[in-house]
Amino acid sequence: MLKKIFTAAVLGVFALILVNTYGFMGPDQQLNEVATRYAEKGPEEVGAANLVTAVIVTYRGLDTLGEVTILFLTASIIGFFLKTKKEDIQTPVNIRKTSEILETASKIITPMIFLLGVYVFINGHLTPGGGFQGGAIVASGLVLMLLANPLKTVNHKIITVVESLSGFFFVVLGVMGLLLAGGFLDNTFIAPGRFGTLFSAGAIPVIYIFIGLKVGSELSGIVSNMQETQKEEI
Amino acid sequence: MEQISLSHIAITAGILLILTGLWGILTQKNIIKMIIGFSLFDTGIHIVMVGVGYLEGKTAPILDEAVKVKEAAGEIVDPLPQAMVLTAIVIGIGITALMLAYALRLYQKRKTLDIQKFNDLKW
Repeated sequence: MLKKIFTAAVLGVFALILVNTYGFMGPDQQLNEVATRYAEKGPEEVGAANLVTAVIVTYRGLDTLGEVTILFLTASIIGFFLKTKKEDIQTPVNIRKTSEILETASKIITPMIFLLGVYVFINGHLTPGGGFQGGAIVASGLVLMLLANPLKTVNHKIITVVESLSGFFFVVLGVMGLLLAGGFLDNTFIAPGRFGTLFSAGAIPVIYIFIGLKVGSELSGIVSNMQETQKEEI
Repeated sequence: MEQISLSHIAITAGILLILTGLWGILTQKNIIKMIIGFSLFDTGIHIVMVGVGYLEGKTAPILDEAVKVKEAAGEIVDPLPQAMVLTAIVIGIGITALMLAYALRLYQKRKTLDIQKFNDLKW
C-alpha cells in the first residue's frame, strides 16, 4: 500500500513538473539566433544540404565523437561482460529449424539491406539519414541473418578491425581539419564541390562513411555477442 | 474551437509516454518490462524535444529544390534539437543494450527475471 502511495507521489510530482513547463515548451514563431546562424551561414560554411548533418558532423562534431566513444564503450563492456569461454560452448542438441521462407528470404534480402545501409550513410549530407542510421540498418541486416541461421558464427576479428580502423580514421580526419583548416573536425580541407551533389560538403561524406562503418560494426558486435551467449544455454 | 497545433499534440504525447515509462520502471517486477519502461521514457523525451524544436508551418532543414538556400532561414525548423535527439537516441540504444546484457546474465545465473528475487543488497 505504502509502495503504491510513493509511486503515485513520484508520478504526480513528475507530471506536475512537466505540465508546468508545458507552457514555455510550445513552439516559437521564428528561428532563434543560433538556428538562424546555422540556416544562413551553414550552406556556404559547411556545404551540406542537410543542415542536421552539418550540425552533427561539423558544428557539434566533438559531441558526435563523444557519442561514438560512448557507443564503443558500451560495445566493449558488453563484449567483456558476455564473454564466453570456448569450451563453454557445447554443441546444441535441440534447436528448432528455422522456416524455409525465412532462410530463403534472408539470403535475398540481407545484401539489399546492407546496400541500403551503405546508401543511407554515403548520402547523409543530402538526404535524411547519415552514419548512425545507416550503421543501424547494416546491423539490422546482420540480425536478420542470425535469425535465419541461429548457429552461424560471426567473425569477431573483422568486426574489431573495421571498428578500430574507422574510429581511428575519424579522429585522423578531425586532426587534419585542425592542421589544414579552421579547427578540429573542420570539413573544408577537402574541396567543397558543387552544393547538393554527392561529392560536396568537403569531408562530411568521408567522416560519415567512417561513422557508419563504426556504428554498424559496433551494433553487429553487440548483437552477435548476445547471440553467442544464447548458444551456451541451449 | 481553437486549432490545436501539431507540436502541442507531439509534446502531450511525449509527456504521456514519459509518465507511462516512469510508471513501468516503478511498478513492474519483471526486469525486461522495466527495460521496456525505460525505453518508453526515452522515446517520450525525444518526442518532446523534437516537438519543442518544431515551428508552425515550417519544413525539414534540408535544402533542395523545395527550400532555396537564400530563404532557408524563414522556411525551416530548428535543426539543433533534431541533432540533439539523434545523439540521445544513440546513447539510449547503448544504455538499453547494456541493460539487456545484464538482464541476460542475471537470468543465466538465477533462472529468474523477477526483480524481487534479487535481494542480495537489501538489508
